Amino acid sequence: MQDSFWKAALYLENGHVFLGKGFGAKAIQGGEAVFNTGMSGYQEIFSDPSYSHQVVVMTHTQIGNYGVNGSDIESDSLLLKGVVAREYFSKPSNWRAQQSLGDYLQKAGVPGISEVDTRRVTKLLRDEGAQRSIIFPVDTENVEEIKEKGASLLAQIPQMEGLDLVSQVSCREPWEFEAEKNKLKNSAGTIVVYDFGVKWNILRSLSSRGFRVRVVPYQMPAEEVKKEKPVAVCLSNGPGDPARVPHAVKEIQALMGQFPILAICMGHQLMARALGGETYKLKYGHHGVNHPVKDLETGKILITSQNHGFAVKPESLPKKDIQVSLINLNDQTLEGFTSKNLKISSIQFHPEAKPGPSDANFLFDQFIKGFLT
Amino acid sequence: MPKRTDIKKVLVIGSGPIIIGQACEFDYSGTQACKALKEEGYEVVLVNSNPATIMTDPVFSHRTYIEPLTLPYLEDLIRREKPQALLPTVGGQTALNLAMSLHREGILEKYGVELIGANEVAIEKAESRELFKQVLIKVGVDFPKSGEASTVDEALEIASQVGFPCVIRPSFTLGGTGASVAYNIEEFRVECARGLEASPTSQILVEESVLGWKEFELELIRDKKDNVVVVCSIENVDPMGVHTGDSITIAPAQTLSDVEYQDLRDKALAIIREVGVDTGGSNIQFAVHPETGRVVAIEMNPRVSRSSALASKATGFPIARIATKLAIGYTLDEIPNDITKKTPSCFEPSIDYVVTKIPRFAFEKFPRSDSRLSPSMKSVGEAMAMGRTFKESLQKALRSLEVKWWGLNPLSERRTIKTEGGWIEGIRNYIKTPKPDRILWVAQAFREGFTEKEVYELTSIDLWFLRQIKELTEEEKEIRAYVGRLSDISKKQLREWKRLGFSDKSLSIQLQTSEENIRKLRMKHQIVPVYKCVDTCAAEFESFTPYFYSTYEEEGDDISVNDRKKVMILGGGPNRIGQGIEFDYCCVQALFALQEEGVESIMVNCNPETVSTDYDMSDKLYFEPLTLEDILHIIDHEKPMGVVVHFGGQTPLNLSRELAKLNVPILGTSAQAIEIAEDRDKFRALCNRLQINQPESVVVSDASHVLEAAEKIGFPLLVRPSYVLGGRGMEIIYNSRELQKWLGKKHEISEDSPLLMDRFLKNAIEVDVDAICDGQEVLIVGMMEQIHEAGVHSGDSACSLPPMSLSPSIQKELERQTCLMALELKVKGLINIQFAIEEQNIFVIEVNPRASRTVPFASKARGIPFAKLAMKVMLGKKLKDLEISQAGMDLVYVKESVFPFKRFPETDIVLGPEMRSTGEVMGVGKTFGEAFGKATLASGYPLPLTGTAFLSVKDADKEACLSIAKDLVGLGFELVATRGTAQFLNEKGLSVRSVNKVNEGRPHIVDHIKNGEISLVVNTSALGVHEVGAAYELRRNTLMRNLCYFTTVAAARAGVQAIAEHKRIPVSTHCLQEREI
Repeated sequence: MQDSFWKAALYLENGHVFLGKGFGAKAIQGGEAVFNTGMSGYQEIFSDPSYSHQVVVMTHTQIGNYGVNGSDIESDSLLLKGVVAREYFSKPSNWRAQQSLGDYLQKAGVPGISEVDTRRVTKLLRDEGAQRSIIFPVDTENVEEIKEKGASLLAQIPQMEGLDLVSQVSCREPWEFEAEKNKLKNSAGTIVVYDFGVKWNILRSLSSRGFRVRVVPYQMPAEEVKKEKPVAVCLSNGPGDPARVPHAVKEIQALMGQFPILAICMGHQLMARALGGETYKLKYGHHGVNHPVKDLETGKILITSQNHGFAVKPESLPKKDIQVSLINLNDQTLEGFTSKNLKISSIQFHPEAKPGPSDANFLFDQFIKGFLT
Repeated sequence: MPKRTDIKKVLVIGSGPIIIGQACEFDYSGTQACKALKEEGYEVVLVNSNPATIMTDPVFSHRTYIEPLTLPYLEDLIRREKPQALLPTVGGQTALNLAMSLHREGILEKYGVELIGANEVAIEKAESRELFKQVLIKVGVDFPKSGEASTVDEALEIASQVGFPCVIRPSFTLGGTGASVAYNIEEFRVECARGLEASPTSQILVEESVLGWKEFELELIRDKKDNVVVVCSIENVDPMGVHTGDSITIAPAQTLSDVEYQDLRDKALAIIREVGVDTGGSNIQFAVHPETGRVVAIEMNPRVSRSSALASKATGFPIARIATKLAIGYTLDEIPNDITKKTPSCFEPSIDYVVTKIPRFAFEKFPRSDSRLSPSMKSVGEAMAMGRTFKESLQKALRSLEVKWWGLNPLSERRTIKTEGGWIEGIRNYIKTPKPDRILWVAQAFREGFTEKEVYELTSIDLWFLRQIKELTEEEKEIRAYVGRLSDISKKQLREWKRLGFSDKSLSIQLQTSEENIRKLRMKHQIVPVYKCVDTCAAEFESFTPYFYSTYEEEGDDISVNDRKKVMILGGGPNRIGQGIEFDYCCVQALFALQEEGVESIMVNCNPETVSTDYDMSDKLYFEPLTLEDILHIIDHEKPMGVVVHFGGQTPLNLSRELAKLNVPILGTSAQAIEIAEDRDKFRALCNRLQINQPESVVVSDASHVLEAAEKIGFPLLVRPSYVLGGRGMEIIYNSRELQKWLGKKHEISEDSPLLMDRFLKNAIEVDVDAICDGQEVLIVGMMEQIHEAGVHSGDSACSLPPMSLSPSIQKELERQTCLMALELKVKGLINIQFAIEEQNIFVIEVNPRASRTVPFASKARGIPFAKLAMKVMLGKKLKDLEISQAGMDLVYVKESVFPFKRFPETDIVLGPEMRSTGEVMGVGKTFGEAFGKATLASGYPLPLTGTAFLSVKDADKEACLSIAKDLVGLGFELVATRGTAQFLNEKGLSVRSVNKVNEGRPHIVDHIKNGEISLVVNTSALGVHEVGAAYELRRNTLMRNLCYFTTVAAARAGVQAIAEHKRIPVSTHCLQEREI
């Protein structure tokens, strides 16, 4: 299918407007603008449910190069609200490409805007913090008029802080990941994954290590989980403010100590809250695939895949039972903690990568080896 | 982990002379290494044979040696200096090989020197094809099927398994020398034989072809705690089959999805860990099948490489500097990122622009050689450009090359008139075969209506690149719609074209108007670029390093605006023969001068190999093309008090007139003076006024008068087109028949391009004089006597400082004439004058009112930073106010040139007025003989002390040859000679055996050479006359066997002196800093 283009605008909460070329869906959509510094992996980023209600500004300037394929997806829907790029190239070249990115976004109703000075947008977000934004088609070049329209459209976009998005993105019913395949192999046991907006590669990472993977809705009562007789529980990543996820903290508290828990991203923040810790919003978050994290146990550095706008205050965690295990070397924020007694491994970034380096994959093995045998 | 305290003194080995495959990038890495070691408090001992380098400036290390990079000299200096550690990974393949030899010979062990950065085992694993293959098998990475052979028969056996086409790679050669592709068994035999000969171990690798596969390189860095980061990914536009150094490459990789990219990353990490490079940089090259995605590893360099220099400039991550810090014990998390200051160096840079590198070639200097690109590197330099998109970046890189490509220049049908099948068939052939200008032909193919698929099938260039190029040619159509109606072009439209990277010049070509008109239109619409910052992190963190590139966007990154005085220095652009590292040395010295004088320095250059484009050399670095358009923008943006055009060679000098016309203040010697020196008539008038002799000459603008004019001057004579650099097109013509032949070949003569003829000075001595003038006083920088007679380009001739044969009165007269001309031209700064002395008569050949190629050599020889002093003079200081050492010279310094002949198989090695050397070395000694001998050794040839010398000289040289022959006999050499020479020498009472020339029956001289019976060759012939047949065969074989050879009588005489001295005296080394005590 041939991509089509139109005049479009990106309007930011601080009043800045950027004019560009629309691609993807010719729609009006908005959300919190965040920038991602990964130089590859747009397909994984856009299909990651954690970007729900966000507009993603890609700092890499050439987007769409290798198209979109059927396998590099992290969920079956696109939940982000928009894509901002310097250049979108509509004629992909890659042996696995099945469609163009524009086509993919168009079918999912997600607008994109290209020809934007993305470095300028990035610097605005860096200096002034992540903020709401909106992408819309325009038919004028009158900047004042566009700004006015942008401001009025933006008024309908909710603030990220305090937003419960998990209830929108979580699955409705429990389901089994790759159930067909699982029948063929001897299971090392069941892991129940709380779906707060789970990336499929977390499921793949567990399944490929021999587990039966049961995905359950975010509000699944602990009692129901226990019935599955899992060998471990995994708390997934997900979008929005960890302080606004209903039920979760209570259920986690009920499971804590009873099952080994692997918590990732939003799951990690909820784990911390369940332990009595506090979470806070970062100025512009961590979104990229090059963040150095130090493993305090070995002293080694992992180059990690990150996508979070909130973080855990390390001093708010109970001293007893909890060991801080991972810290970010760019800004010293908490990247993970463990509890030997409670059999918890809690990680702020994405050990499953996709996109990004596989440096932290071993954390899955470490969790399994440390707590499941 | 803190740095090591058990070592105090570290030896760093540089990469030697600039050669193809090993250029300024190792000056950049070596300089960074020395700086890093020094700032950590280590005593640094540096050895490099190349005096033109910045690293050998005495300020960068504590003990600097400019000595041959050979075992005896290395051992001598290790014995003297007793370093505890040796860093072998920043001096290219040369340093790595030398370190391995030192290890194998037990020298490191004997003196207790530890290899840091990469140890013996790791180097061996990465360098030995067999061991590297074992590594790949162990970590489960696929590789092309291959086998090693020591004979053609063994190779044929392997080929039967691998299939055709296949690649033949000689083992243990530098930069892939000799690698080739064979498509059939016949070619295969030829290439195998050639490869076996090229390999120092007589081994070749026969390899499955991955021609046409996508090609990627990953630059990695590892610390001793096993932390590994990928600094940069590089994707080649030219697919597998063309050496990566000869390919157009871009960063970051564009056509891989994250899954595919991470797969390469995982493989690269596994490989570097298994090879066991303890600390430091490495690069690993992969090929990816474009349809199946099969990945194979091609090779690994366990050291800092050309690609790491490119990656450093592309990302802002200083690989060599970090690698050095890791080698002395730090880990990546302990080293701060200089650019952000707040974050550590253990991260992977994210870049928000596209970097394009395009190689520059010099095939015009080697007209007989094949200009097809292959797995053996042939380019002599490169330009890099940054733009926000590939299109912008590509077009900037094209115009950075300085080959008059203003973008994707349209090509005219005239170029292919001779091709069979006409224009379209011609294009098909041009894009099928990779040659230096293939990218332009690809664009032309699209202009002529070729489809993407057709072009892809012919080139295997990834469709992503082809489509981008196609879109640019489609945009040209839009542009051409405005021919004759410039005023209809809207601001928006024009801005859009600028955003795509079209230069004013290329727009002017499409719009059939002048570049100036486009600029005016742009200024009317206020369309100017902004300058964005290279910050390693895509703006995620605030950055502090003022390293900029231009682009057409909404906003720039203006870091520090202040009211300090600013001076802008224009660099030399891509390396080429005749303009290279010497000029970068001068630019960097000028930056130091500005720093010392408290003036803000702004550097502009587009050569990623150089030290001048290291972001911490200047206060501000603009990585930009050196074209009028790009420079004017920076001037408008920065408003410097002056622009310096005198240090970057001919490139910036050529811009001086236009800059001056636009009222840009030129610091130092005026544009007017530059013009006088370059304009033949004006210069002749000046010489007449000063009563300075020039060789008789004549300008002819009508072909019918050429012969008559030539007879008047007399043969031999020198012909040349006007305004030449590096002797381009200059030839010696010996008689009227040759002149007619030359005229018939290609040379049009008209009013616009007149022919210049000079009388050729016979057996004259050429002298280069460099000086600094402040308008009142003149300081002689160096008087360098050339060893070859006049007629050999000064850039190719060896030379001696102080002069070895000039009488004091001649020297005095040369000084007087130099002062006279410098003062008359009102030079403020450096001036270079070339003189020739024919039978005690002095002639001036040419004057260059700028830094010359010999300034770094003279500076090292005399221990005075002349380029720095010159910059201070240009800022207004007087020579008498500057502190200048008055110390005399106690040693003799000889510069010798290094040639790329081995890379160009069809080329004769005879020297002439056309410059063909790529680099230089220096020899230091107590006598001329010792220094010349060391220079010979440093240039890569042996200096035989005994054995058999072969003589074959032209008739005119026979008398002169007699004394050389006698001396050789006196030194214990046996003599053999061709019939004529032997007869002459026997008549004079010497005992000389006669041998056959190649065309005189067997065994002939080449047989003797191949049997290793000859250790020295003296073979003279007419200068600049490239032969085929027997003489050529002889010289090529001499070259390929790496025999010591001399092609002029003067050089042979010097060689004999060198042999005599080296027989007499022991190996000794000299430290530059010792002189100052």
